[in-house]
Amino acid sequence: MNRTIDIEKEDSSLSHIKYQKAKDGLFKIAVILFSFITISMVFLIIGTLLVKGYRQINWAFFTQVAPDTFTAMMAKVSGQVIPGGIANGILGSLYLVGIASVLSIPIGILIGVYLSENSQKKYASLIRDIADILQGVPSIVIGLIAYIWIVVPITKSYSVLAGGVALAIMMLPLIVRSTEESLKMVPDTLKEAAIALGTPYYKVIWRVLIPSAFSGLVSGILLSVSRVLGETAPLMLATLGNPNINWNITKPGSAVPLLIWQFYNDPNMVDLIWSSTIFLMGFVLLLNLISKWIEAKRKK
Amino acid sequence: MSAYIYNMQINSDKVLKRVLFASSIVILLIGGGMLVSLIKGSMPSISEFGWKFLVSSKWDPTQGSESYGALAFIVGTLMTSVLALIIAIPLAFFTSLFIAEYFKGTKIAAVVGTLVDLLAGIPSIIYGLWGFYILCPLVVKLGLSPQGFGVFTSSLILAIMIVPYATSLSNTTIAMVPNELKEAAYSLGATRLEVIKTVVLPNARSGIAASYVLALGRALGETLAVTMLIGNANIIPTSIFGTGNTMASVIANQFGEASGLQLSALIEIGLLLFALTTIVNAIGKYIIKKIG
Amino acid sequence: MKEIKEKETATPVMSIDDISISYGDDKYAVKDVSAKILSNSITAIMGPSGCGKTTLLRAINRMHELYPNIHTDGKILLNGDNIYEMSTINLRRKIGMVFQRPNPFPTLSIFDNVIAGYKLNGIRLKKSEREEIVETSLKDVALWDEVKDNLHSKGNFLSGGQQQRLCIARTIAFKPKVILLDEPTSALDPISTSKIEDLLVKLKKDYTIIMVTHNMSQAARISDKSMFMYLGELVEYDNTQKMFTTPSDPRTEAYLTGKFG
Repeated sequence: MNRTIDIEKEDSSLSHIKYQKAKDGLFKIAVILFSFITISMVFLIIGTLLVKGYRQINWAFFTQVAPDTFTAMMAKVSGQVIPGGIANGILGSLYLVGIASVLSIPIGILIGVYLSENSQKKYASLIRDIADILQGVPSIVIGLIAYIWIVVPITKSYSVLAGGVALAIMMLPLIVRSTEESLKMVPDTLKEAAIALGTPYYKVIWRVLIPSAFSGLVSGILLSVSRVLGETAPLMLATLGNPNINWNITKPGSAVPLLIWQFYNDPNMVDLIWSSTIFLMGFVLLLNLISKWIEAKRKK
Repeated sequence: MSAYIYNMQINSDKVLKRVLFASSIVILLIGGGMLVSLIKGSMPSISEFGWKFLVSSKWDPTQGSESYGALAFIVGTLMTSVLALIIAIPLAFFTSLFIAEYFKGTKIAAVVGTLVDLLAGIPSIIYGLWGFYILCPLVVKLGLSPQGFGVFTSSLILAIMIVPYATSLSNTTIAMVPNELKEAAYSLGATRLEVIKTVVLPNARSGIAASYVLALGRALGETLAVTMLIGNANIIPTSIFGTGNTMASVIANQFGEASGLQLSALIEIGLLLFALTTIVNAIGKYIIKKIG
Repeated sequence: MKEIKEKETATPVMSIDDISISYGDDKYAVKDVSAKILSNSITAIMGPSGCGKTTLLRAINRMHELYPNIHTDGKILLNGDNIYEMSTINLRRKIGMVFQRPNPFPTLSIFDNVIAGYKLNGIRLKKSEREEIVETSLKDVALWDEVKDNLHSKGNFLSGGQQQRLCIARTIAFKPKVILLDEPTSALDPISTSKIEDLLVKLKKDYTIIMVTHNMSQAARISDKSMFMYLGELVEYDNTQKMFTTPSDPRTEAYLTGKFG
């Protein structure tokens, strides 16, 4: 065998090796640097909220409704903490999310069960694809839909119901997918054992499949709730906002993000923004983290 | 007796199966219903302006000479989203390599991964606020723009918002490249960079591409953060630092006072946005299907 | 600690000195192994599962450094140079490795797979040089006739045995001094196995071969010298013929007669 090409020339290959190693080292630095930049954004954003808003948080913050612009202006002029809080927003958000959950969770779970039980069928793929499309629809378009479907014909005014429907449409695809995924992870043998004992189908689902997949379902629900709690755009077109606490489903309602938007647009209320965002951010992150923790425990 | 129970069981099974099937139709109804409603709502605008709607940048709500065109907003949407993707890609690319290759499996990769995921959980209004109060003044200070608003600022915030979407699928596909292929390359004397270039990336190519497409889809539909930062001007942005509007932000900005033809025009923009995001997301899904 | 010196008629190209490899604090996979490897020979490393043979092999081209908790003591000399004092890039140009399961790069064509070593290291070759290296290497592994019309397609149509020969071609294209093989035929059928065994005997002329094998008869068939390892220790290292007929250590004898596997 002829060795015609010889890379053994030590001298030339040594400098080449140095070049290889230098490129490798530089690249590693870039990897660490850019990753650092990415995660520092998290700290920058949350840090800004905390620094700017901690003063405004007190007990009244949670129990009183938002002040009107005049009161706020007086407080600002005299350098005081603005009175009032976001109680109408907090309750409004809970009300909206409650309605959205009632509308989306049962149906979402049913659809998720359907998809996991019929995953081979082409029809099921179609449904899955459409659910994914729904998930990608911009939130403002969903607001338009809630306006067209509920605000105009049904409640004839901006309403809590329209907001609830908008949020439900946003929650639905997430719940469907997470239900399907969680059910897929239940071993087939469990289902087969139940069937072999002559258990009727509905009991197999209700008593065996869903309990086994329960933590996955809960995690998915928490994640979807955390996602819609922070949504503003669809509510702007569906619910409008309300300075008081309102339990009438056909009338406009408040929500924390809507209040923040209101504060943003009113120069007197600007100071209230930061404490409200801390609250919103904290709640959303908490739900997010709990959901992830449940996911992680489930995987073990 | 047992035959009776048996029949009841069969019936309850049948009923349940029908119920499940019926629930799946809800998805069809919602999806189809959305499309139908958007088209219906756009009809006045479509019949008035036809195709010109897509190429006209005139937006004039004055009574008596109303004329609407979506071009300014289509351009605004594309400019902000594409620029956001361009900014996000290097961040996402290197972060993915950090999590799924360099520090794969270690605690620090898990921490970094969780932090990146948190970025996805921050509500868009908070991004908008941060952009307004922190980023805009910075942009003004750097002399890049007189008021701080505009395409550039919006794109920056948008970029941060979509990084988690761009890393998510990338992480999975990069981590899935088999060890034995990497070892074969190492055994030939390759450095880590060379292994990444010739083994990891070619094998993870589709997953990475799909995640960038999905990130673009997310950017296209983002409303509030962009609304707060883009400057609300119904014109085609004159430069990267100019103001303008996107399809989503013009709806958010004008919806409150719009009625009649203007409202229909806004709904038509909503229809266009719906179509655009659906197509982009479908492309992303197609790429994913081709992988697995 | 056993150190067996042989009357060397050929020159030792590699000297393994007191190699110990541990995972974590005191779990030793390999304990105090020393041996001299002669050039242009085939040395087989045998032993039951878990005896440390693959761990030892992978220490020779420092593959362990890819994984965090593995710690190596001792030194290995290649033509007098301590491999731990060279750059890994340089080392792996001199010592090639063939793995248990064939792992050609799926996104590269057959042609590019053979010269992958050069590509990966960024070494530029002229077109004529590339073509010559590919043809020579594929001919050396007796794969040329089977793939010469398909050099630029990806190798998914190749059988397991052909893929493994491609991997060997990829290794020798880079002209290493030593070739390490980690149970190269255990995933292959008997015919492919025998083709590769013949190939290794042929390659002995130009390369030094160290091969881990699970198959004693394979060691008996083609190796010049054999190492027997048990529980991380080098129990016996001798000429293959001698070790198989009159083993010095009772453990070796027990293994060879199938008392444990």
